[in-house]
Amino acid sequence: MKVSYYPGCSLEGTAREYDESLKAVARSLDLELAELPDWTCCGSSSAHVTSDQLAISLAARNLILADKAGLDLLVPCAACFQRLKAAEKALKSGVKPEGVKEKYTGNFKIIHPADFIWEQFGEKVIAGRVKKSLEKLNPVCYYGCLITRPPRITDSTNPEDPQSMDEIMKALGASVKNWSFKTDCCGGNLVLTHTELARKLIKKLFDMALEAGADSIVVGCPMCHSNLDTRQKEVLQDNGQAYHIPIYYFSEMMGLAFGEMAVEKWLNKHLTEAKSLLKQNNLL
Amino acid sequence: MSSTKTPAESSSPVNIQVAELTELKDLNISACYQCEKCTNGCPLTFAMDIMPHQVIHNLQLGLVEDVVNSDTIWVCASCETCTTRCPNEIDIAHVMDKLRQLSIRRGVKSAHKQAPVFHNTFLSSVRRFGRMHELTMAVEYSLRSEGVKGLRRQMGLGLEMMRRGKMKIIPGRWRAGKEVDDIFRTIKRT
Repeated sequence: MKVSYYPGCSLEGTAREYDESLKAVARSLDLELAELPDWTCCGSSSAHVTSDQLAISLAARNLILADKAGLDLLVPCAACFQRLKAAEKALKSGVKPEGVKEKYTGNFKIIHPADFIWEQFGEKVIAGRVKKSLEKLNPVCYYGCLITRPPRITDSTNPEDPQSMDEIMKALGASVKNWSFKTDCCGGNLVLTHTELARKLIKKLFDMALEAGADSIVVGCPMCHSNLDTRQKEVLQDNGQAYHIPIYYFSEMMGLAFGEMAVEKWLNKHLTEAKSLLKQNNLL
Repeated sequence: MSSTKTPAESSSPVNIQVAELTELKDLNISACYQCEKCTNGCPLTFAMDIMPHQVIHNLQLGLVEDVVNSDTIWVCASCETCTTRCPNEIDIAHVMDKLRQLSIRRGVKSAHKQAPVFHNTFLSSVRRFGRMHELTMAVEYSLRSEGVKGLRRQMGLGLEMMRRGKMKIIPGRWRAGKEVDDIFRTIKRT
Protein backbone atom coordinates (compact mmCIF):
# COMPACT_ATOMS: atom_id res chain seq x y z
CA MET A 1 0.00 0.00 0.00
CA LYS A 2 1.22 3.48 -0.83
CA VAL A 3 0.15 6.89 0.48
CA SER A 4 1.39 10.46 0.15
CA TYR A 5 3.17 11.88 3.19
CA TYR A 6 3.25 15.48 4.38
CA PRO A 7 5.57 15.58 7.43
CA GLY A 8 5.33 19.31 8.18
CA CYS A 9 8.02 21.57 9.59
CA SER A 10 8.16 20.19 13.17
CA LEU A 11 8.94 16.67 11.97
CA GLU A 12 12.20 17.97 10.50
CA GLY A 13 13.26 19.33 13.88
CA THR A 14 11.67 19.12 17.32
CA ALA A 15 9.58 16.09 16.35
CA ARG A 16 12.19 14.17 14.37
CA GLU A 17 11.59 11.05 16.47
CA TYR A 18 7.93 11.11 15.40
CA ASP A 19 8.99 11.15 11.75
CA GLU A 20 11.57 8.39 12.23
CA SER A 21 9.32 6.13 14.29
CA LEU A 22 6.39 6.57 11.94
CA LYS A 23 8.56 5.63 8.95
CA ALA A 24 9.83 2.55 10.79
CA VAL A 25 6.31 1.45 11.68
CA ALA A 26 5.12 2.05 8.12
CA ARG A 27 7.93 -0.20 6.86
CA SER A 28 6.86 -3.04 9.12
CA LEU A 29 3.28 -2.63 7.93
CA ASP A 30 4.36 -2.60 4.25
CA LEU A 31 3.02 0.89 3.93
CA GLU A 32 4.99 3.10 1.57
CA LEU A 33 5.13 6.79 2.58
CA ALA A 34 5.77 8.91 -0.52
CA GLU A 35 6.80 12.33 0.77
CA LEU A 36 5.24 15.16 -1.26
CA PRO A 37 8.03 16.63 -3.39
CA ASP A 38 8.94 20.18 -2.35
CA TRP A 39 6.18 20.55 0.23
CA THR A 40 6.00 23.86 2.09
CA CYS A 41 4.62 25.08 5.42
CA CYS A 42 0.83 24.76 5.92
CA GLY A 43 0.75 28.25 7.48
CA SER A 44 -0.17 26.91 10.92
CA SER A 45 -1.92 29.18 13.46
CA SER A 46 0.09 32.20 12.46
CA ALA A 47 -1.53 32.26 9.03
CA HIS A 48 -5.14 31.90 10.20
CA VAL A 49 -4.65 34.53 12.89
CA THR A 50 -3.28 36.91 10.25
CA SER A 51 -5.38 36.35 7.11
CA ASP A 52 -8.01 33.84 5.98
CA GLN A 53 -6.69 33.99 2.42
CA LEU A 54 -3.10 33.35 3.49
CA ALA A 55 -4.18 30.35 5.58
CA ILE A 56 -6.05 28.78 2.67
CA SER A 57 -3.45 29.57 0.02
CA LEU A 58 -0.37 28.30 1.92
CA ALA A 59 -2.19 25.03 2.61
CA ALA A 60 -3.66 24.85 -0.91
CA ARG A 61 -0.23 24.75 -2.52
CA ASN A 62 0.42 21.46 -0.74
CA LEU A 63 -3.00 20.05 -1.55
CA ILE A 64 -2.28 20.62 -5.22
CA LEU A 65 0.95 18.62 -4.86
CA ALA A 66 -1.03 15.81 -3.28
CA ASP A 67 -3.60 16.06 -6.05
CA LYS A 68 -0.86 15.34 -8.61
CA ALA A 69 0.28 12.30 -6.65
CA GLY A 70 -3.33 11.09 -6.52
CA LEU A 71 -2.90 9.10 -3.28
CA ASP A 72 -4.43 9.55 0.15
CA LEU A 73 -2.41 12.02 2.20
CA LEU A 74 -1.03 11.13 5.63
CA VAL A 75 -0.47 14.14 7.91
CA PRO A 76 1.12 13.30 11.28
CA CYS A 77 1.08 16.83 12.75
CA ALA A 78 -2.33 17.70 14.19
CA ALA A 79 -1.99 21.39 13.32
CA CYS A 80 -0.95 20.69 9.70
CA PHE A 81 -3.70 18.08 9.47
CA GLN A 82 -6.38 20.54 10.55
CA ARG A 83 -5.08 23.38 8.36
CA LEU A 84 -4.95 21.14 5.29
CA LYS A 85 -8.46 19.84 6.05
CA ALA A 86 -9.73 23.41 6.49
CA ALA A 87 -8.25 24.39 3.13
CA GLU A 88 -9.73 21.28 1.53
CA LYS A 89 -13.22 22.25 2.73
CA ALA A 90 -12.75 25.86 1.63
CA LEU A 91 -11.51 24.92 -1.84
CA LYS A 92 -14.32 22.41 -2.30
CA SER A 93 -16.84 25.10 -1.38
CA GLY A 94 -15.47 27.25 -4.21
CA VAL A 95 -12.98 29.55 -2.42
CA LYS A 96 -10.11 30.45 -4.78
CA PRO A 97 -6.61 30.46 -3.32
CA GLU A 98 -4.35 33.44 -4.13
CA GLY A 99 -1.00 33.04 -5.87
CA VAL A 100 -1.64 29.35 -6.62
CA LYS A 101 -2.35 28.80 -10.28
CA GLU A 102 -2.93 25.10 -10.73
CA LYS A 103 -6.32 23.39 -10.56
CA TYR A 104 -7.40 21.39 -7.55
CA THR A 105 -9.70 18.39 -7.79
CA GLY A 106 -9.31 16.93 -4.31
CA ASN A 107 -9.74 13.25 -5.17
CA PHE A 108 -7.89 12.01 -2.15
CA LYS A 109 -8.41 11.73 1.60
CA ILE A 110 -6.41 13.69 4.19
CA ILE A 111 -5.87 11.46 7.22
CA HIS A 112 -4.03 11.45 10.53
CA PRO A 113 -1.77 8.37 10.71
CA ALA A 114 -3.31 7.00 13.94
CA ASP A 115 -6.74 6.96 12.31
CA PHE A 116 -5.30 5.60 9.07
CA ILE A 117 -3.33 2.79 10.71
CA TRP A 118 -6.27 1.74 12.87
CA GLU A 119 -8.77 1.84 10.00
CA GLN A 120 -6.53 0.15 7.44
CA PHE A 121 -4.80 -2.50 9.52
CA GLY A 122 -6.96 -2.97 12.60
CA GLU A 123 -6.39 -5.12 15.65
CA LYS A 124 -5.48 -8.36 13.91
CA VAL A 125 -2.61 -7.03 11.80
CA ILE A 126 -1.25 -4.77 14.53
CA ALA A 127 -1.42 -7.44 17.24
CA GLY A 128 0.09 -9.92 14.76
CA ARG A 129 3.23 -7.75 14.43
CA VAL A 130 3.79 -7.48 18.20
CA LYS A 131 7.05 -9.02 19.41
CA LYS A 132 7.02 -7.41 22.87
CA SER A 133 3.63 -6.96 24.47
CA LEU A 134 3.21 -3.62 26.27
CA GLU A 135 0.95 -5.26 28.87
CA LYS A 136 2.76 -3.74 31.83
CA LEU A 137 2.27 -0.18 30.59
CA ASN A 138 -0.64 1.95 31.81
CA PRO A 139 -0.83 4.93 29.47
CA VAL A 140 -3.55 7.44 28.81
CA CYS A 141 -3.95 8.47 25.17
CA TYR A 142 -4.02 12.20 24.59
CA TYR A 143 -5.39 13.54 21.30
CA GLY A 144 -5.41 17.28 22.02
CA CYS A 145 -7.42 19.65 19.86
CA LEU A 146 -6.79 19.52 16.18
CA ILE A 147 -6.89 15.82 15.27
CA THR A 148 -10.64 15.95 15.89
CA ARG A 149 -11.85 19.57 16.06
CA PRO A 150 -13.95 20.99 14.63
CA PRO A 151 -15.57 17.82 13.22
CA ARG A 152 -17.07 19.59 10.23
CA ILE A 153 -13.48 20.29 9.17
CA THR A 154 -11.75 17.12 10.40
CA ASP A 155 -14.62 14.72 9.55
CA SER A 156 -14.10 13.15 12.98
CA THR A 157 -17.01 10.92 13.92
CA ASN A 158 -16.25 10.98 17.63
CA PRO A 159 -14.65 14.35 18.43
CA GLU A 160 -15.26 14.24 22.20
CA ASP A 161 -14.01 10.68 22.67
CA PRO A 162 -11.71 9.61 19.82
CA GLN A 163 -10.48 6.01 19.93
CA SER A 164 -7.80 5.27 17.32
CA MET A 165 -4.74 5.63 19.58
CA ASP A 166 -6.54 3.86 22.45
CA GLU A 167 -7.34 0.95 20.14
CA ILE A 168 -3.81 0.80 18.73
CA MET A 169 -2.30 0.81 22.23
CA LYS A 170 -4.69 -1.94 23.34
CA ALA A 171 -3.73 -4.00 20.29
CA LEU A 172 -0.09 -3.62 21.43
CA GLY A 173 -1.16 -5.10 24.76
CA ALA A 174 -1.11 -1.94 26.90
CA SER A 175 -3.56 -1.44 29.78
CA VAL A 176 -4.91 1.85 28.51
CA LYS A 177 -6.54 4.02 31.17
CA ASN A 178 -9.75 5.91 30.65
CA TRP A 179 -9.78 9.60 31.39
CA SER A 180 -11.90 12.62 30.57
CA PHE A 181 -9.13 14.87 29.29
CA LYS A 182 -8.07 13.19 26.05
CA THR A 183 -9.22 16.14 23.93
CA ASP A 184 -8.62 19.01 26.38
CA CYS A 185 -6.23 21.67 25.14
CA CYS A 186 -2.57 21.64 26.32
CA GLY A 187 -2.05 25.28 25.32
CA GLY A 188 0.57 24.44 22.71
CA ASN A 189 -0.53 27.41 20.68
CA LEU A 190 0.22 29.79 23.58
CA VAL A 191 3.48 28.33 24.75
CA LEU A 192 5.75 31.00 23.29
CA THR A 193 3.47 34.01 23.73
CA HIS A 194 1.62 33.27 27.01
CA THR A 195 3.80 30.61 28.63
CA GLU A 196 2.24 30.96 32.09
CA LEU A 197 -1.23 30.12 30.71
CA ALA A 198 0.07 27.09 28.82
CA ARG A 199 1.70 25.84 32.03
CA LYS A 200 -1.66 25.85 33.83
CA LEU A 201 -3.25 23.72 31.11
CA ILE A 202 -0.28 21.33 31.11
CA LYS A 203 -0.45 20.92 34.88
CA LYS A 204 -4.14 20.05 34.73
CA LEU A 205 -3.43 17.31 32.16
CA PHE A 206 -0.62 15.85 34.27
CA ASP A 207 -2.78 15.83 37.40
CA MET A 208 -5.67 14.19 35.61
CA ALA A 209 -3.44 11.58 33.94
CA LEU A 210 -1.95 10.63 37.32
CA GLU A 211 -5.38 10.53 38.91
CA ALA A 212 -6.47 8.09 36.21
CA GLY A 213 -3.57 5.85 37.28
CA ALA A 214 -1.47 6.44 34.17
CA ASP A 215 2.30 5.97 34.07
CA SER A 216 2.75 7.69 30.71
CA ILE A 217 0.94 9.78 28.10
CA VAL A 218 0.70 8.71 24.44
CA VAL A 219 0.29 11.47 21.85
CA GLY A 220 -0.07 11.98 18.10
CA CYS A 221 0.84 15.65 17.74
CA PRO A 222 4.29 17.29 17.75
CA MET A 223 2.98 20.41 19.52
CA CYS A 224 1.35 18.40 22.30
CA HIS A 225 4.51 16.32 22.62
CA SER A 226 6.83 19.28 22.79
CA ASN A 227 4.60 21.08 25.24
CA LEU A 228 4.15 18.14 27.60
CA ASP A 229 7.68 16.75 27.25
CA THR A 230 9.80 19.88 27.57
CA ARG A 231 8.01 21.78 30.37
CA GLN A 232 7.81 19.22 33.18
CA LYS A 233 10.58 20.88 35.20
CA GLU A 234 8.82 24.23 34.98
CA VAL A 235 5.45 22.81 36.01
CA LEU A 236 5.53 21.83 39.65
CA GLN A 237 3.24 19.56 41.59
CA ASP A 238 1.50 21.01 44.65
CA ASN A 239 4.30 19.65 46.81
CA GLY A 240 6.88 21.59 44.80
CA GLN A 241 8.13 18.52 42.94
CA ALA A 242 8.50 18.49 39.18
CA TYR A 243 6.46 15.86 37.37
CA HIS A 244 8.05 12.88 35.71
CA ILE A 245 5.66 11.45 33.14
CA PRO A 246 7.18 10.04 29.95
CA ILE A 247 5.41 11.32 26.85
CA TYR A 248 5.46 8.89 23.92
CA TYR A 249 4.37 9.19 20.32
CA PHE A 250 1.98 6.36 19.47
CA SER A 251 4.39 5.47 16.64
CA GLU A 252 7.28 5.07 19.11
CA MET A 253 5.12 2.64 21.12
CA MET A 254 4.26 0.71 17.96
CA GLY A 255 7.95 0.57 17.06
CA LEU A 256 8.79 -0.65 20.57
CA ALA A 257 6.18 -3.41 20.44
CA PHE A 258 7.22 -4.40 16.90
CA GLY A 259 10.81 -4.82 18.10
CA GLU A 260 12.35 -1.95 16.13
CA MET A 261 16.06 -1.44 16.88
CA ALA A 262 15.99 2.38 16.84
CA VAL A 263 13.61 2.88 19.79
CA GLU A 264 16.34 4.08 22.17
CA LYS A 265 17.56 6.57 19.60
CA TRP A 266 14.08 8.07 19.39
CA LEU A 267 13.60 8.17 23.15
CA ASN A 268 17.02 9.80 23.69
CA LYS A 269 15.57 12.87 22.00
CA HIS A 270 12.95 13.34 24.70
CA LEU A 271 13.64 15.96 27.37
CA THR A 272 11.65 14.07 29.99
CA GLU A 273 13.50 10.84 30.62
CA ALA A 274 11.47 8.15 28.83
CA LYS A 275 13.49 4.92 29.07
CA SER A 276 13.42 3.94 32.76
CA LEU A 277 9.72 3.03 32.75
CA LEU A 278 10.33 0.73 29.79
CA LYS A 279 13.47 -0.78 31.35
CA GLN A 280 11.62 -1.51 34.61
CA ASN A 281 9.13 -3.46 32.55
CA ASN A 282 11.77 -5.31 30.54
CA LEU A 283 10.76 -3.60 27.33
CA LEU A 284 14.19 -2.09 26.64
CA MET B 1 -2.82 54.41 16.78
CA SER B 2 -1.45 52.07 14.19
CA SER B 3 0.19 53.54 11.13
CA THR B 4 -1.02 50.74 8.87
CA LYS B 5 -4.62 51.96 8.45
CA THR B 6 -6.06 52.33 5.02
CA PRO B 7 -7.35 55.84 4.12
CA ALA B 8 -10.95 54.66 4.40
CA GLU B 9 -10.41 53.40 7.91
CA SER B 10 -8.65 56.50 9.16
CA SER B 11 -11.17 59.01 7.88
CA SER B 12 -13.54 58.73 10.85
CA PRO B 13 -14.41 56.40 13.73
CA VAL B 14 -17.78 55.68 12.08
CA ASN B 15 -16.00 54.30 9.02
CA ILE B 16 -13.88 52.03 11.16
CA GLN B 17 -17.00 50.49 12.61
CA VAL B 18 -18.70 50.05 9.26
CA ALA B 19 -15.64 48.44 7.67
CA GLU B 20 -15.24 46.11 10.62
CA LEU B 21 -18.89 45.14 10.79
CA THR B 22 -18.75 44.33 7.07
CA GLU B 23 -15.93 41.91 7.73
CA LEU B 24 -17.85 40.30 10.57
CA LYS B 25 -21.17 40.05 8.77
CA ASP B 26 -20.81 36.50 7.39
CA LEU B 27 -20.04 34.92 10.73
CA ASN B 28 -23.61 33.94 11.65
CA ILE B 29 -23.38 35.97 14.87
CA SER B 30 -27.12 36.62 15.00
CA ALA B 31 -27.83 32.89 15.47
CA CYS B 32 -26.50 32.98 19.05
CA TYR B 33 -29.13 32.59 21.80
CA GLN B 34 -26.65 32.80 24.68
CA CYS B 35 -26.69 29.18 25.85
CA GLU B 36 -23.11 29.71 27.10
CA LYS B 37 -21.89 26.30 25.95
CA CYS B 38 -18.84 28.02 24.45
CA THR B 39 -17.91 29.64 27.73
CA ASN B 40 -18.56 26.52 29.81
CA GLY B 41 -16.30 24.38 27.63
CA CYS B 42 -13.52 26.94 27.16
CA PRO B 43 -10.28 25.90 28.94
CA LEU B 44 -9.00 29.49 29.19
CA THR B 45 -11.87 31.49 30.69
CA PHE B 46 -9.78 31.88 33.87
CA ALA B 47 -7.59 34.34 31.96
CA MET B 48 -10.29 36.09 29.91
CA ASP B 49 -11.82 39.50 30.62
CA ILE B 50 -14.85 38.98 28.35
CA MET B 51 -16.32 35.46 28.26
CA PRO B 52 -16.71 33.87 24.80
CA HIS B 53 -20.55 34.10 24.87
CA GLN B 54 -20.22 37.78 25.83
CA VAL B 55 -17.90 38.34 22.86
CA ILE B 56 -20.68 37.11 20.59
CA HIS B 57 -23.28 39.20 22.44
CA ASN B 58 -21.16 42.33 22.13
CA LEU B 59 -20.85 41.72 18.41
CA GLN B 60 -24.63 41.32 18.12
CA LEU B 61 -24.90 44.76 19.71
CA GLY B 62 -22.22 46.23 17.44
CA LEU B 63 -19.79 46.77 20.32
CA VAL B 64 -16.77 45.81 18.23
CA GLU B 65 -14.42 48.15 20.08
CA ASP B 66 -14.65 46.30 23.39
CA VAL B 67 -13.96 42.87 21.97
CA VAL B 68 -11.14 43.97 19.66
CA ASN B 69 -9.39 45.47 22.69
CA SER B 70 -10.08 42.50 24.97
CA ASP B 71 -7.56 40.11 26.49
CA THR B 72 -9.86 37.30 25.43
CA ILE B 73 -8.96 37.28 21.75
CA TRP B 74 -5.24 36.82 22.54
CA VAL B 75 -5.76 34.35 25.36
CA CYS B 76 -7.87 32.09 23.10
CA ALA B 77 -5.74 29.07 22.12
CA SER B 78 -7.79 28.20 19.00
CA CYS B 79 -8.62 24.81 20.54
CA GLU B 80 -11.96 24.84 18.67
CA THR B 81 -13.98 23.40 21.57
CA CYS B 82 -16.48 26.29 21.31
CA THR B 83 -16.88 25.85 17.56
CA THR B 84 -17.37 22.10 17.99
CA ARG B 85 -20.07 22.47 20.64
CA CYS B 86 -22.04 25.51 19.45
CA PRO B 87 -25.62 24.32 18.80
CA ASN B 88 -26.10 27.13 16.27
CA GLU B 89 -22.97 26.30 14.26
CA ILE B 90 -21.31 29.62 14.92
CA ASP B 91 -17.59 29.19 14.22
CA ILE B 92 -16.55 31.02 17.37
CA ALA B 93 -12.86 30.16 16.98
CA HIS B 94 -12.99 31.78 13.55
CA VAL B 95 -14.73 34.84 15.04
CA MET B 96 -11.70 35.10 17.35
CA ASP B 97 -9.44 34.95 14.26
CA LYS B 98 -11.36 37.78 12.57
CA LEU B 99 -11.13 39.88 15.75
CA ARG B 100 -7.39 39.21 16.00
CA GLN B 101 -6.98 40.24 12.38
CA LEU B 102 -8.79 43.53 13.13
CA SER B 103 -6.72 44.00 16.27
CA ILE B 104 -3.45 43.46 14.39
CA ARG B 105 -4.43 46.13 11.85
CA ARG B 106 -5.32 48.61 14.59
CA GLY B 107 -2.34 47.92 16.83
CA VAL B 108 -2.47 45.29 19.58
CA LYS B 109 -2.47 46.49 23.18
CA SER B 110 0.80 46.20 25.00
CA ALA B 111 -0.13 43.27 27.27
CA HIS B 112 -0.37 41.00 24.22
CA LYS B 113 1.94 42.62 21.72
CA GLN B 114 4.24 39.58 21.78
CA ALA B 115 1.50 37.57 20.01
CA PRO B 116 1.54 39.48 16.69
CA VAL B 117 5.35 39.59 16.94
CA PHE B 118 5.33 35.79 17.16
CA HIS B 119 2.97 35.34 14.21
CA ASN B 120 4.91 37.85 12.16
CA THR B 121 8.23 36.13 12.92
CA PHE B 122 6.74 32.72 12.12
CA LEU B 123 5.37 33.88 8.77
CA SER B 124 8.62 35.68 7.87
CA SER B 125 10.42 32.39 8.35
CA VAL B 126 7.91 30.62 6.09
CA ARG B 127 8.23 33.34 3.48
CA ARG B 128 12.02 33.26 3.58
CA PHE B 129 12.55 29.50 3.50
CA GLY B 130 9.26 28.00 2.30
CA ARG B 131 9.19 26.02 5.53
CA MET B 132 9.30 27.32 9.08
CA HIS B 133 12.80 26.95 10.51
CA GLU B 134 12.36 26.44 14.24
CA LEU B 135 15.79 27.50 15.44
CA THR B 136 16.09 30.84 13.66
CA MET B 137 12.40 31.54 14.26
CA ALA B 138 12.74 31.00 18.02
CA VAL B 139 15.90 33.12 18.25
CA GLU B 140 14.39 35.93 16.20
CA TYR B 141 11.14 35.85 18.18
CA SER B 142 12.95 35.96 21.53
CA LEU B 143 15.03 38.93 20.41
CA ARG B 144 12.11 40.80 18.87
CA SER B 145 9.76 40.28 21.81
CA GLU B 146 12.08 40.68 24.78
CA GLY B 147 15.55 41.48 23.47
CA VAL B 148 18.64 39.83 24.91
CA LYS B 149 16.76 39.00 28.12
CA GLY B 150 14.26 36.93 26.14
CA LEU B 151 17.00 35.12 24.28
CA ARG B 152 18.80 34.30 27.52
CA ARG B 153 15.56 32.92 29.03
CA GLN B 154 14.87 30.58 26.09
CA MET B 155 18.50 29.59 25.59
CA GLY B 156 18.61 26.74 28.15
CA LEU B 157 15.75 24.89 26.51
CA GLY B 158 17.06 25.62 23.01
CA LEU B 159 20.54 24.27 23.79
CA GLU B 160 19.09 21.16 25.42
CA MET B 161 17.03 20.52 22.29
CA MET B 162 20.07 21.02 20.08
CA ARG B 163 22.11 18.63 22.19
CA ARG B 164 19.41 16.00 21.66
CA GLY B 165 19.33 16.53 17.91
CA LYS B 166 15.86 18.08 18.01
CA MET B 167 16.89 21.23 16.16
CA LYS B 168 17.63 21.47 12.49
CA ILE B 169 20.60 23.81 12.54
CA ILE B 170 20.80 25.02 8.93
CA PRO B 171 17.55 26.01 7.25
CA GLY B 172 17.05 24.39 3.85
CA ARG B 173 16.13 26.35 0.78
CA TRP B 174 13.53 24.85 -1.47
CA ARG B 175 12.74 25.61 -5.07
CA ALA B 176 9.21 26.11 -3.85
CA GLY B 177 10.33 29.05 -1.73
CA LYS B 178 9.60 31.33 -4.64
CA GLU B 179 6.08 29.96 -5.01
CA VAL B 180 5.45 30.66 -1.32
CA ASP B 181 6.79 34.17 -1.72
CA ASP B 182 4.36 34.61 -4.65
CA ILE B 183 1.45 33.68 -2.37
CA PHE B 184 2.52 36.29 0.20
CA ARG B 185 3.06 38.92 -2.50
CA THR B 186 -0.33 38.33 -4.18
CA ILE B 187 -2.19 38.49 -0.87
CA LYS B 188 -0.41 41.67 0.23
CA ARG B 189 -1.48 43.29 -3.04
CA THR B 190 -5.13 42.38 -2.62
